[in-house]
Amino acid sequence: MEQIWGNIELLIDYPMVNLQIILDGLMIGSVFALAAYGLALVWGVMNVKNLAQGEFVIGGGYVAWYLTGLGAHPLLGVPAAFVTMALLGGAVHGTVIQRNVAANARAAGALAVIAGVCFVVGLYLAQTGPGQEPDTLGLVLKIGGATALFALFVAAGGTYGLIISRVIERDLFTSLLATFGLAIMMAQIMNLLFGSDTQNIKLPYETVQLLEGDPIGVGAPMGKLIGVILAAILAIGVVFFMRSTRMGQAIRATAQDARAARVLGINTEKVYAFTFSLNSAICGAAGAIIVMVWVIQPFFGITHSIRAFVIVTAAGLGNLPGVIGAGLGLGALEQYGSHVFGIGYQQAIAVLLLLFVLAIRLAVQRRKRQVLK
Amino acid sequence: MKVTGLAVAAATALAVAVPGVAAAQDCDTITLGAAISLTGKYATNGIHTQNGYEFAIQKIKDNGGVMVDGKCYNFQVIYYDDESKGDRGATLTERLINQDGVQYMLGPYSSGLTKAIAPVTEQYQIPMIEAEGASRALFNQGYRYLFAVLSTSEQYLASAVALAALQAEKEGRDPSTVKVAVAVENDPFSLDIRAGVLDDAAKYGMQIVIDEKLPRDLSDMSSILTKVKLLKPDLLIVSGHSKGAATAVRQIEEMDVSVPMIAITHCEAADVTGNFGDAANGFLCSTQWAETLTYEDPIFGSAANFEAEFKAAYPDYEDKTVPYQVAQAAAAVYVFKDAFERAGSLDKEAVRDAIAATDLATFYGQIKFSDAGNNIAKPMVLRQIQDGAYNVVAPPDFASHPLEWPRP
Repeated sequence: MEQIWGNIELLIDYPMVNLQIILDGLMIGSVFALAAYGLALVWGVMNVKNLAQGEFVIGGGYVAWYLTGLGAHPLLGVPAAFVTMALLGGAVHGTVIQRNVAANARAAGALAVIAGVCFVVGLYLAQTGPGQEPDTLGLVLKIGGATALFALFVAAGGTYGLIISRVIERDLFTSLLATFGLAIMMAQIMNLLFGSDTQNIKLPYETVQLLEGDPIGVGAPMGKLIGVILAAILAIGVVFFMRSTRMGQAIRATAQDARAARVLGINTEKVYAFTFSLNSAICGAAGAIIVMVWVIQPFFGITHSIRAFVIVTAAGLGNLPGVIGAGLGLGALEQYGSHVFGIGYQQAIAVLLLLFVLAIRLAVQRRKRQVLK
Repeated sequence: MKVTGLAVAAATALAVAVPGVAAAQDCDTITLGAAISLTGKYATNGIHTQNGYEFAIQKIKDNGGVMVDGKCYNFQVIYYDDESKGDRGATLTERLINQDGVQYMLGPYSSGLTKAIAPVTEQYQIPMIEAEGASRALFNQGYRYLFAVLSTSEQYLASAVALAALQAEKEGRDPSTVKVAVAVENDPFSLDIRAGVLDDAAKYGMQIVIDEKLPRDLSDMSSILTKVKLLKPDLLIVSGHSKGAATAVRQIEEMDVSVPMIAITHCEAADVTGNFGDAANGFLCSTQWAETLTYEDPIFGSAANFEAEFKAAYPDYEDKTVPYQVAQAAAAVYVFKDAFERAGSLDKEAVRDAIAATDLATFYGQIKFSDAGNNIAKPMVLRQIQDGAYNVVAPPDFASHPLEWPRP
């Protein structure tokens, strides 16, 4: 208790700290908002509550980390993770969800092409890493690694599609159970592939000092700033996509009423598959940012899943400004919580917030019912 | 591996049956038992331990064996493979004692297996000297026959407190003016570390300005580091396995936190020098032993000599640093030799009392047991990362490099 008062006093004695805490919170919150937006998409459009959301984030982180290990520039990791995770979603859809032999064969052919491209890219990256001598064994190992990575994603994706295609529009428990199983499986596969050590990418940039001060100023690590910028670009891109493209419109129509959308000629199967790909791509990009500012480990996914659920519950489905606001707010609240109550309670804040939001929503709804009566 | 064990047992039986013929230099044999992890998850370190035992036995043999009451003996060990499983370790220990008639035991690898075996050796009143179980929980059970040559977990970063006190005195300040910040993970190992740091800090009357527990899935400790910036501690302690080390090193650089002394665990596991380069400079990392220490004894010579001779005897280690697990295993055998000679008898009670009274200078460090059986004479070694290299800076009397203070 004494410690808590001491911490609050610090906040009052050094007002600059508040600024730093809020800034830290907003920067990391923007990344939370990304994963949450993906969740809002699949939840709203497909009625799938994806408990494996965090594992997709971590998966994206590993894609970026792996590429950096091969010698790619760290910032390349974000688009790479985005594309890899999208391909994963798309591949799953083509091979598993679509129940049409000819189409499956075509998709398998496409997969083979993608595998070939991955192989060549792996080869190229392996040879062009900075300061790397061309050595045959290392090259073979790296190509093997790249292929294994790809195989993992196809395998995980296959299982995933197998599961997801069966739980769309089903009840709450089916999708929760199925995706929970998926989460465990993905975490274990990543553990087998990458080991249980924590990994991260160190960016070769200095921290930007925004405000000088003694004993504390306000600074923003470059990694986090880049994260915010990338998250913003991604968010704007997604909004533009949803508003202005045919597929975006189809997704929104399906979310409103899937049956009506089908009647009006929208291929909802395709919409579902696309939505899922989009979600895994967004998560992957979020993970690639996370690995630049924090650390990842195969079993860290659950905390990101919880955060996404809290944000979506607080903001509601299909409410992008709400999701962004809730994400930033959660980031700042976590930082405040861990400052005041101790770092051990950082994530407890997220769960408490969820309870709080649920209680408020319940109260509000009850009042509305009374009005109707 | 059981086959090996039996073969050794058979050899031992022969040696005992035909004294003076099988053993070299007309020496008799003292049989020790060890259930050790030769397969399973601890196999790597289990084999280090076994190699340490065997190297020490050979060295003692080469130096004239163990002289008990004017008679010469050599050690021989019956090994069983515990497969890195506690229940297996306990069963095998029972078998060593009941079927093989072992009267003295060497420890297994890891705290967990030592915990599984200690109740058995205690029940049969068999003295056991272990070298690889550091948990504090081993030494508050009131065990009478368990002794450990290594520093227990609460000492892991306590030597950083002593070093900070020393540095304060050098600066002309009283050690009680030193401010300490502690951030450790909420798990048994790290909480042991915290307990040790808090105890030692209290002895000097230091002020604890931050005392927080890190969550298991830690990936951000910026809130603690913000407090560190405000409260300006003189010493920051972080223990949270490799994620704690990685997060601390990265964010301390990112947030431009300057603390004169920072001590952490798991530097090697997190590969902080490889991952963070210059950002890792100045960090203090704890270890049980390093080959650059200036400890020495008449059997093994200096720490550096131990390393050189061990590498010559075991060429597998040629390209790497000899792990401290090897050194402490060898030290455990050395303690047995010393105790037998002082006891002047093979009676296990007399040997037990002699072990308890050990006060021995070794290449591994001073060895002297508390009533609880843990070694209280050897401090943990602190290495500082200086220009990307791990250099020993504490204990200062045995260090190879001076401490860089304040941390750059």
